Amino acid sequence: MQFGIFSVGDVTMDPTTGVTPSERERIKAMVTIALKAEEVGLDVFATGEHHNPPFVPSSPTTMLGYIAARTERLILSTATTLITTNDPVKIAEDFAMLQHLADGRVDLMMGRGNTGPVYPWFGQDIRMGIPLAIENYALLHQLWREDVVDWEGRFRTPLQGFTSTPRPLDGVPPFVWHGSIRSPEIAEQAAYYGDGFFANNIFWPKEHYIRLISLYRERFAHYGHGTPEQAYVGLGGQVFMRKNSQDAVKEFRPYFDNAPVYGHGPSLEDFTEQTPLTVGSPQQVIDKTLTFRESFGDYQRQLFLMDHAGLPLKTVLEQLDLLGEIVPVLRKEFGDRRAPGVAEAPTHEALVEKAERSEAGVTA
Amino acid sequence: MKLVVVSAGLTQPSSTRLLADRLTTAVSARADVSVRVIELRELAVDIANHLVTGFPPPKLADALRAVEEADGLIAATPIFTASYSGLFKSFFDVVDFEALTGKPVLIAATGGTARHSLALEHAMRPMFAYLHAVVMPTAVYAASEDWASGDLAERVDRAAGELAELMVRTPTPHKEEELIPFEEQLAALRKKP
Repeated sequence: MQFGIFSVGDVTMDPTTGVTPSERERIKAMVTIALKAEEVGLDVFATGEHHNPPFVPSSPTTMLGYIAARTERLILSTATTLITTNDPVKIAEDFAMLQHLADGRVDLMMGRGNTGPVYPWFGQDIRMGIPLAIENYALLHQLWREDVVDWEGRFRTPLQGFTSTPRPLDGVPPFVWHGSIRSPEIAEQAAYYGDGFFANNIFWPKEHYIRLISLYRERFAHYGHGTPEQAYVGLGGQVFMRKNSQDAVKEFRPYFDNAPVYGHGPSLEDFTEQTPLTVGSPQQVIDKTLTFRESFGDYQRQLFLMDHAGLPLKTVLEQLDLLGEIVPVLRKEFGDRRAPGVAEAPTHEALVEKAERSEAGVTA
Repeated sequence: MKLVVVSAGLTQPSSTRLLADRLTTAVSARADVSVRVIELRELAVDIANHLVTGFPPPKLADALRAVEEADGLIAATPIFTASYSGLFKSFFDVVDFEALTGKPVLIAATGGTARHSLALEHAMRPMFAYLHAVVMPTAVYAASEDWASGDLAERVDRAAGELAELMVRTPTPHKEEELIPFEEQLAALRKKP
């Protein structure tokens, strides 16, 4: 099982000091946070993608390439790669390039994006969000698997005799997660391809995601990729820890109360009860995270949102130290509970091995 | 059959609830219904939180499910500033936009003066038409003076008769979540528009 962090990349004022970081400070902070993730023993750093203020990560592969050069083990991923408004040809090229530079430590998460004006800014229509996600990904999938592609679709200039370069490292494309908050169509898409399904469950109650993930598992099996338990499931989480739980609540409350997403709405207490947010001691975070398995089954990737709501870099780094302390416990506890036959978390090495096995199987 | 009553009255007791109750009694006399009353006042904070976070807290989720599963709906609001109340609109803003499709709805409103009565026709009826509900031809408005008039009882009976008849005649089809297989989603895109 993989543990990591994902960042939205928002520039938000610290409500306790009134200080707003500059874009440069925020970008550098994201890099520092990613390096810290490797240092404390996490497996994954994932960045969001946005094309409007107050968000900085418009160019994920630039940032991830820089982080790749400064890390050894960390898997570099995205918390969303906009499959609707990016050209799938450019995604194929950018992420294959990153895959080579990072020696395979790359995967990515497809998302549609929910900011209305971004679609027209990139020449698209938000009402076509699902068809765009389906067609663009079909092309991306083909570009990474066929050396020469002839292609015609509804949304993009046709291609004749096109080869996307560089070809994926070792002939194995980066693993793809499909992220969705509410659309069964995307769970179905992930299942069809045998890709991963990431349920970004951090803002909503679990019942909703139990339905989506069950659908994905069932359809994954239907399409012949393995048993429902062998499907690849990723989940989000959101935590704030201090040794003493009362200190955590006291320190985090002003950030919660003013957070861009849920601030000025429900109380911290109601929100922690209704969503995966945990504010408390490291043990409380361990206990709550282990309940995810009870709701959704054994899963492969757990990403926490740590740098948000205007929390200063120093605090985020302290949080990552604490996360680094509990992750070994989580690894052990999840490992002990894990049912036999569950899929391992996807890595480049595992995918290469799988490809070699299936090739050997074909020739034997 | 399930009759769900949504009342946006704010005071306790409220004349909006009083009107809703009279309509409910009149429908119950004509059709075999189980009644669930949803007082929006009790859900006001939940509704605001849903607008902010995008998901309903448990009590509101339960109310929304009841509306979705209803065979018929009575929707009653006070008229504020020439229209339905903000709370009433906010509730229907968080109801799934397909939840009322084909559902029989009786609309009713209260106000201090009869001059506001056409808000039912100019504001409330179009809102439910937009949601593809089947709105009863008779909408019931009660101004203060109507509580001393036999006309109100007559309109209550007529509107309740319309709702009961439609509920009995055409049970609402309950929508199943359908999944379009991926091949079909892909194939639909490959067809030339």
